[in-house]
Amino acid sequence: MKKFKLDFNLIRTLIAIGIALLLALIIILLTSDEPWAAFGYFIAGPLRNPKRFANVIEAMLPLVFTGLSVSIIARTGVFNLASEGSLFIGGAVAALCGVLLPLPSVISPVVILLIGGLAGMLALLIPTLLRVKWNANEIVSSLMLNYVLYYLGTFLIRTFVRDPDSGYLQSTAFHAEADLPVIIPGTRIHAGAAVALICVVALYLFLFRSRLGYKIRMVGENPKFSFYSGIPYALSIFAAQAVAGFVCGLGGATEMLGMFDCYKWTGLPGYGWDGIIVATLARNNPAWVPLGAFFLAYMRVGADIMTRMTDVQNEVVSIIQGVVIILLVAESFLAGWKKRRTFKEATEGVQLEGGAKA
Amino acid sequence: MNVGQLIFSTTFLATVIRMTTPILFAGLAGLIASQAGVMNLAVESIMLTSALAGVLISAWTGSAWIGLLGAVLIGIGMGFIIAYTAFTLHADMVLNGVAFNLMMTGGTMFLMYVATGQKGTSTGVPSKVLPTVSIPLLRDIPYVGEVLSGHNVLTYIAMAFTVLMFYFLFKTKLGLRIRMVGENPAAAESVGINSKKIKYLAMCLSGMFAAFGGAYMSMAYMSWFQNNITAGRGFIGMAASALGGNMPLGTLMASLLFGVADAVANTISSLNLPSELVSMLPYVITIIGLVYYSIYLGRKKAPSAKAGKGAKKEEEKTA
Repeated sequence: MKKFKLDFNLIRTLIAIGIALLLALIIILLTSDEPWAAFGYFIAGPLRNPKRFANVIEAMLPLVFTGLSVSIIARTGVFNLASEGSLFIGGAVAALCGVLLPLPSVISPVVILLIGGLAGMLALLIPTLLRVKWNANEIVSSLMLNYVLYYLGTFLIRTFVRDPDSGYLQSTAFHAEADLPVIIPGTRIHAGAAVALICVVALYLFLFRSRLGYKIRMVGENPKFSFYSGIPYALSIFAAQAVAGFVCGLGGATEMLGMFDCYKWTGLPGYGWDGIIVATLARNNPAWVPLGAFFLAYMRVGADIMTRMTDVQNEVVSIIQGVVIILLVAESFLAGWKKRRTFKEATEGVQLEGGAKA
Repeated sequence: MNVGQLIFSTTFLATVIRMTTPILFAGLAGLIASQAGVMNLAVESIMLTSALAGVLISAWTGSAWIGLLGAVLIGIGMGFIIAYTAFTLHADMVLNGVAFNLMMTGGTMFLMYVATGQKGTSTGVPSKVLPTVSIPLLRDIPYVGEVLSGHNVLTYIAMAFTVLMFYFLFKTKLGLRIRMVGENPAAAESVGINSKKIKYLAMCLSGMFAAFGGAYMSMAYMSWFQNNITAGRGFIGMAASALGGNMPLGTLMASLLFGVADAVANTISSLNLPSELVSMLPYVITIIGLVYYSIYLGRKKAPSAKAGKGAKKEEEKTA
């Protein structure tokens, strides 16, 4: 029974992705003069040379961090949307430290990543605190907080480390000691990949193999049950969101030190929202997050290649993303099929139905 | 010119009104959804889509009014689709809204390129602009006339909607039903109200208001569409309605606050001062206002909960 449940979720995800890709193909067929070439670049482009494949891995890293973060946040039932601002402030603070803190080489990135993580953690905890203490709507407060953090980060960069010779808002160069080293020569894949991997394993163990992780899952799934069994509500939520915020800030800091040599962001980078896509694909399970992030990054790199080589715009990806998420979060999608499968496990070749009846 | 002179100048006050209009529309969109107990995070993407629709339709038909009508119909349609995914397909409202926002941020760019062959902005498209209105008598009053008269017609429509919203919510049967569904869907169902239908209606209305806001951005505030032209105004509108306690007058006040902050940030950045701190201010105020409002609500609710269910109240306290 449990096996079917897992299979069902996997099949459901694959069908949703299939439908969205089909929709993308139809859109491309309708709008392009060379649709098959475009679709080919989109689907297989990143595989055609190793450099492009490396681009996928580079693009995937920040998505792993925010995907992990959102996975944990979603499990608490307090839907804090501050991942975006949390990652941003982690990156901005890392940039500040990268310019201002003169530290020896190996220590420097470690210290800066920790500071970035802490900044992200503090930021993400604000809406949680307001919710737990005063019952203030965390969705509105976290949305507002994203803007506050954006302006705060930009203000800090402009005031303290702005490069006066540049026409745009960017910082002066980071100390060379602060850079995260490239770990695969010939690409830009940096040591942040190792950090991401550690986070995936650590968060999986934390969520599914630790007492606190169990409490967090219980509080999110059934607050009443956990209350009556004496699980501390506020503490569990706080712990979970602190971890989520730390991971976000860490993600911003690794991205900043790994991919850039000075602060160059021109707005909120959007990785926090992407984290919601990744977490939805991964069904809020840290173990699946890398796969979700890989899928999203692969699609984006493929779409960029398609745009460069043909007349189709890469924004077609956002339509695919949207459709996939809507299908995945719509509980009635394939629910009829699941019901029938559950009752008649032996039946083969069941007809699919987008069950709009429930 | 010093800051004081700037702030009381008629151009500044007129700018405030210009900045307030789209936020007020978005606020009304958030308000009507919240009154029905729905959190419509997709206000942002409905605005964006309608902004594009207004530009494209007015360019094709040569009429700004048909463009506005098209934008509004598209907005209502989007509200309906979102309601369908949420209430019929049972999608989580937050994730659903985020999905629509992500989809349309890129989707509008894609559609614009397909429809016009332009990227970034639609400046080459001969789209129309909605007219401004000069109000007789009012325009002749010195100072006040300069501030209040001569705005885009949508600004006055927004003001009218705010008044109508109050009337609709508190003086009509349908408004009462919407509030009932928002307050307690089970109680509403028990007296024969179809809460699903009411929520559908509220989402369609929400889409309509958002569409007006979007049309204002591309057919009044600017005369073209550009990528992400709404720049988060849908979210700010949601915050305005939350800060205003989901009441028409409160939402108007909160929208004005955002309008003032926008205008001040504009003015200050032109004076070469750090504008970030000013831009940050309304968001900080919203968070503080929200907390204050929540504490107020908590105090109001506490005594009534005490009367009946002791255990439940205890639980709420710990939660």
